[in-house]
Amino acid sequence: MSKDNSEYLIERYDNVYEVVIGLEVHAQVTSNSKLFSSSSTKFGAEPNTQVSLVDAAFPGMLPVINEYCVKQAIKTGIGLRAQINKKSVFDRKNYFYADLPQGYQISQFKYPIVGEGKVVLDMPNGQKEVGIERLHLEQDAGKSIHDIDPQNTLVDLNRSGVALMEIVSKPDLRSPDEVSAYIKKLRSIMRYLGTCDGNMQEGSLRADVNVSVRLKDSKELGTRCEIKNVNSIKFMQMAIDYEANRQVDLIEEGKSIDQETRLFDTKKNETRSMRSKEDAHDYRYFPDPDLLPLEVTDEFIENLKKDIPELPDDKKKRFIDEFKVSSYEATILVSDIDTAKYFEEVLAKMGKNKDVKLAVNWITGELFAVLNNKNLDISQSPISAKNLAKLVNLIKNGTISGKIAKTIFELMMDGEKDPQIIVEEKGLKQESDPKALEALIDKIIDENREKAIEYKNGKEKLFGFFVGQAMKVSGGKANPQLINEILKKKL
Amino acid sequence: MSDITSQSLTSLVKNIKEKKLSSEEVTKAFVDRSEKSKELNSYITEDFSNAIDKSKKFDEKPNLDLKLPGIPMAVKDLFCTKDIRTTAGSKILENFVPTYESTVTQNIWNEGAILLGKLNCDEFAMGSSNETSFYGNVQNPINKGLVPGGSSGGSAAAVSGQLTPITIGTDTGGSIRQPASFTGTVGLKPTYGSCSRYGIVAFASSLDQAGPMSQNVEDCALLQEVISTYDNKDSTSIDFKRGQYSKDLTKNIKGKKIGIPKEYRVEGMPKEIEELWKKGIEYAKDCGAEIIDISLPNTSYALPAYYIVAPAEASSNLARYDGVKYGFRAKGENLIDMYEKTRSEGFGAEVQRRIMIGTYVLSSGYYDAYYLKAQKVRKLIKNDFDEAYKKVDAILTPSTPSSAFKIGEKKNDPVSMYLNDIFTVPVNLAGLPAISIPAGLDAAGYPLGLQIIGKAFQEQEILNLAYAMEDKITFKNKITDWWIK
Repeated sequence: MSKDNSEYLIERYDNVYEVVIGLEVHAQVTSNSKLFSSSSTKFGAEPNTQVSLVDAAFPGMLPVINEYCVKQAIKTGIGLRAQINKKSVFDRKNYFYADLPQGYQISQFKYPIVGEGKVVLDMPNGQKEVGIERLHLEQDAGKSIHDIDPQNTLVDLNRSGVALMEIVSKPDLRSPDEVSAYIKKLRSIMRYLGTCDGNMQEGSLRADVNVSVRLKDSKELGTRCEIKNVNSIKFMQMAIDYEANRQVDLIEEGKSIDQETRLFDTKKNETRSMRSKEDAHDYRYFPDPDLLPLEVTDEFIENLKKDIPELPDDKKKRFIDEFKVSSYEATILVSDIDTAKYFEEVLAKMGKNKDVKLAVNWITGELFAVLNNKNLDISQSPISAKNLAKLVNLIKNGTISGKIAKTIFELMMDGEKDPQIIVEEKGLKQESDPKALEALIDKIIDENREKAIEYKNGKEKLFGFFVGQAMKVSGGKANPQLINEILKKKL
Repeated sequence: MSDITSQSLTSLVKNIKEKKLSSEEVTKAFVDRSEKSKELNSYITEDFSNAIDKSKKFDEKPNLDLKLPGIPMAVKDLFCTKDIRTTAGSKILENFVPTYESTVTQNIWNEGAILLGKLNCDEFAMGSSNETSFYGNVQNPINKGLVPGGSSGGSAAAVSGQLTPITIGTDTGGSIRQPASFTGTVGLKPTYGSCSRYGIVAFASSLDQAGPMSQNVEDCALLQEVISTYDNKDSTSIDFKRGQYSKDLTKNIKGKKIGIPKEYRVEGMPKEIEELWKKGIEYAKDCGAEIIDISLPNTSYALPAYYIVAPAEASSNLARYDGVKYGFRAKGENLIDMYEKTRSEGFGAEVQRRIMIGTYVLSSGYYDAYYLKAQKVRKLIKNDFDEAYKKVDAILTPSTPSSAFKIGEKKNDPVSMYLNDIFTVPVNLAGLPAISIPAGLDAAGYPLGLQIIGKAFQEQEILNLAYAMEDKITFKNKITDWWIK
């Protein structure tokens, strides 16, 4: 494999292969009710408690489109800088399965609601543009549960009819890292828009991964395999790595690759054939006669555009321009809408004369470490943006040292405590009175005469010893900057 | 009154409103006659004792402002009725009891009517003779051994045999008009989108429409007024201004232009039909209408297009009957085996035939040649009508190419059976309203119907034409009650 970080290549003897990846992401639309019925979409309910007669496909039941889901799909399309199709058509995708009550899935085949768009990825070696082929609305199926009853498969229809957006990328991705960045970026955009919560554990975001390989510099696409329904970024990366190497090995052995659908076994870390092209379903797509073509007006789309918040790319640009943060920092700060919100709130609460750099360091350093440890989202942060702003300001105006700040930060974790109050209650205010510090230093020099002479004779390392003594004697409260100045003068 | 069951709906409503008859008397009379009419096999499910209870309740506190006050009525077993078994004429729904009510039947009960029971029909409304019903064929009250037509055969027989004062059917390719024609009754297929499809077991969604079946045009207008409502539970329901069809009914059709499409003179059409049509033209003229020859050039493609579109939609609509959630389930080794056995045992031959045709025409590689082409034909047929309606207000044709045939006569010849729909099918493809009215008898004394096709949403227009012509035709069904011992 290539050592160069920016390129993911597979080498066999003299041959160098590149991997071509396209993704079909299934993103659950954030909506209280389903795509064609009014049943709840709430996650985690008792099985079969959120099922209407429409969801269970009772005779004579008819789908009625949920306008909110249409708006969500269009907003997502706008976020993906994509063509919004004013006319789209719902089709039936016909196949039999126990968790598919209608015997068909209502989807959009020929005429999706959203056409071509693009997503920009921030990769370590620069930006990368990934094309979006289309986005369409479709119903989710129910869930077959095979591991509760030893004899029977049980079916839970709570998910049946929930709105999904299938977002199909162009085959523009070239490495597992790019796939990871792409998924994260999609997720980020949709979370900004409030159109998908992106929760992979709850299945709100799943993907089918199309993988093919070809000799580097070749223009033609190789035969692809589709890896179905991989539900974590890590598994996606593992699956791609395995699959790409499997394909390269086949080619190197002079064999050909069969176009097929494969499953990723997370336990064995391998993909296996699920069905070949010959066995592929004939879905017999045709326009759903129960639904009219979906038509939206320019006005409808324009109104939705007004609802679009500042998206990560624009926010990043603004953070760099307005707050002079680095591109790297900006990428981190905007990657999740809640982080960006938190950051902006901290800055707002810091008022004028704020130290943005210090705030960024505290957020991406101490705060992220704590959240990570406690496995919390930033929206659940035990330290409010307001209090973090106060803490940073206390450092900035010299009330406390960075070291004391860390102590205070720990104390703040134990409750919504105001750092100002902690400073006062615990007497942690920094000693910045030059006279008091001079007296303190005089005393230290007095007690360490020999070392002071050694320092004067050139043993400069001892300067640190005196600083340390001063901090120790002051209980860490001495202003380190003043200590430095006074020590230099006195020694 | 001993002649209750021979009264029209309008007269029964009048008598109840004037308190000359109670709902209980009327209901009991129809229940009584229905009980004596088992040989017709009109009913799949009877709800007689409940009906009588409901009639008594109605009489206790009669609301006489309603349009159908205490009127008993049996309905086609394709309409889902709450707590009453709904089979669609199929074994696969033999034990299916809906927990919900179709919009059309709900509209009827809201106007004070009382359910008598569920009427026989071809399985999933697929058939033209009521012979595909799992619950046996229906006898045409006109004569023993004669089919009542289909798919609303039970409904037509029940109205004609006076087991119900009026009823509703569904019409996908002629399933109201053809049986109406075969039984000497009136049947209206409304404009697509006029009556909600919510709660009607689907056959072909883009063609299915519910409509009234009655003894006369006036009754038909009244029931259409009740059942046609905009319904947001059906995405294809259309929110147009619906008329007060019975109130606005008039025999004055002077100056109305009626088109006679030359393409409906099909090869091999019986002379009697040709003559009936000519007579119809004369009646229309007598009423003051102007007759204009028109052309609907793509008519001959309608039937093949229909027999692609309808089975295609049906193959998908019927996929839900898989034994998993409700209805009949056969035991199987595994899921696929269960599906195959359930659907092989649960569906009859005609339904299976159409599922196969539908699956085939939607298959990849065949889709463009069949389904897509059929949709294009459909558009052409609609264009034909649009062109014609620039010149005329309505179109007059025979309803069927023959009178009722014998039970078993065409059972093994599906193509000849399909040809029965030749005059009715183009109307469904174009989504237009059309009414069949009895217009004469053939040599054997079997009724023949004329079809009046209207412009979209112009139900009032064709009802008026039918009302005026009915007056001139003075049709009388020759029913001998042969089945009552």
